[in-house]
Amino acid sequence: MAFTSEQESIMDAIVARYPRKRSAIMPLLHFVQSIYGYVTKDGIEKVAEKIEVEAAEVTAVSTFYTQYKSEPVGEYHVGVCINTLCAVMGGDAIYDSVSEHLGIKNHETTKDGKVSLEKIECNAACDYAPVVMVNWEFFDNQTPQSVRDLVDAARTGNPPAPTRGPKTLRTWKQNSEVLAGISDGLSGEGVSAGPATLLGLKIAKEGGSK
Amino acid sequence: MTQLTPVLSAHWDESDSFTIEGYKRHGGYKAVEKALSMQPDEVIQLVKDSGLRGRGGAGFPTGMKWGFIPQGDNKEHYLVVNADESEPGTCKDTPLLMANPHVLIEGMIIASYAIRANYAFVYIRGEIAHVVRRVQQAVEDAYKAGLLGKNVLGKGFDLELVVHVGAGAYICGEETALLDSLEGFRGQPRLRPPFPAIAGLYARPTVVNNVESIASVPAIIANGVEWFQAMGTEKSKGFTLYSLSGHVTNPGQFEAPLGITLRELLELAGGVRAGHQIKFWTPGGSSTPLFTAEHLDVPLDYEGVAAAGSMLGTKALQIFDETTCVVRAALRWSEFYKHESCGKCTPCREGTWWLVQMLHDLEAGKGTEEDLAKLLDLCDNIAGRSFCALADGAVAPIISSLKYFRDEYLAHQRNGGCPFDPVASTVFATAGL
Repeated sequence: MAFTSEQESIMDAIVARYPRKRSAIMPLLHFVQSIYGYVTKDGIEKVAEKIEVEAAEVTAVSTFYTQYKSEPVGEYHVGVCINTLCAVMGGDAIYDSVSEHLGIKNHETTKDGKVSLEKIECNAACDYAPVVMVNWEFFDNQTPQSVRDLVDAARTGNPPAPTRGPKTLRTWKQNSEVLAGISDGLSGEGVSAGPATLLGLKIAKEGGSK
Repeated sequence: MTQLTPVLSAHWDESDSFTIEGYKRHGGYKAVEKALSMQPDEVIQLVKDSGLRGRGGAGFPTGMKWGFIPQGDNKEHYLVVNADESEPGTCKDTPLLMANPHVLIEGMIIASYAIRANYAFVYIRGEIAHVVRRVQQAVEDAYKAGLLGKNVLGKGFDLELVVHVGAGAYICGEETALLDSLEGFRGQPRLRPPFPAIAGLYARPTVVNNVESIASVPAIIANGVEWFQAMGTEKSKGFTLYSLSGHVTNPGQFEAPLGITLRELLELAGGVRAGHQIKFWTPGGSSTPLFTAEHLDVPLDYEGVAAAGSMLGTKALQIFDETTCVVRAALRWSEFYKHESCGKCTPCREGTWWLVQMLHDLEAGKGTEEDLAKLLDLCDNIAGRSFCALADGAVAPIISSLKYFRDEYLAHQRNGGCPFDPVASTVFATAGL
């Protein structure tokens, strides 16, 4: 598949951000995922051409990082945190429940291509445990029921809004574009901070101690 | 009772705290004006004098790090901010960047000016899209306001700031792996020396700082050294973000002077969840040896935590109550380190696999007392034998849990499996699944 001239110029602009071309490899791979949903052979070759290295070197980088997928994932990629704290607080139960509910295992996608599942590591929201990420947006304080509801809604095209994120959940490809550094204009949506983030500030304003 | 000191978090409760208008309303970008009217060396000296130490884990003095950059060397210098927050339990930089990305940008301009860098990077982990949006927009707005680009604030200083997004590799939080990743390679740590201050990004002098460290700089410039030193303890000055998570009534972020204790923080958080007692906790993420109830009064500063046998780390206080199986916790962390080992050094790459296998058997009740000795021997052959600290982190939960809960490991053998009910430790234990 050929890349459009618009895609070519976006990639050139990504390369131009950096003092050295090779540094653009990661955003370029995110951009490839925004087009195909995963890192394709065509994508690897195009990235190699843009940064002037061998395709094998791009493959070496692409396979090192877990966010670059070698096969298509769902329109909604669900990551359940199973690192110790989230696991103990309910992440393991959530993962088992949603895996059974969807009939798919880790790194698999539903037949309709809507939802894929991944066990993820700590996602820096431990004060909102158990945490689930969908297309790398926060879904805080989840339960097995809330996640089953979430994936059901996603499969019918009406996913709920992230807890701390834009008003509507974007697709995997759309969010890959954000990770490539291309603005979607949604930075102003969503809260400044969630309640756990503000807890210390609230107590301080009330006089410093509880 | 230690009073909380919201500085970085002071205005996070305003709905536009992440915008340039919201930031400027409370004196934002005033510190950079002041800093740019000083000599760069004066800025470095001021940060040195403040006693600010790195908030990313190691606690190295920030001003000293800046002072290591050779001056007059006719080479490009770089500032790289490490926003690859992924140490298990750590959740402070992420809410900071979401609620106020401009304070980081202001700190980056000041730091770049001080070390004479005209190019700065912020390396954000790729697994949080909304943080990327907020930082990206803030950088765009800072360019429009003349705070970035050519001739910053008309002071003759040029600065390009690039937002770089990672792709899911814990190891890239290690500063030299981060630099390799930013150069476009697999993120694997480098042998040091040379340190980044001499040969960092593109083999040029580079400062790598944590988000919170750099974000603390504008307030220090604006309010002065004495103001900063009035907070904290003798060798650990200032305020910092403590993140409480796990089995507490109200988890969350608490900005307090260094040296506050977990007992005090727990009181603010409403204590351990109702009807339960604390069993073990991490002072600064999973790579810092576990503490127990006997450590509630340890001052949470760099020296206090070290003296008690652990590390302040990222101040990620993960609290586990008596329903939690420590073997399960240690196994799960080991699986994490195995997954995230970059594979460069044999003791870490192979050793973390062995740790997981042994812990699996121990959890399943198939281990023996001799296996505990073997496990410790294995740890001894992993820690300190690799390029970076991931290997040291990997053994921390194992060695410390064995120190405090050796009998719990053996109870798995006696019981023929884990004696704990995992449902009892979940947040929905009473509500059902």
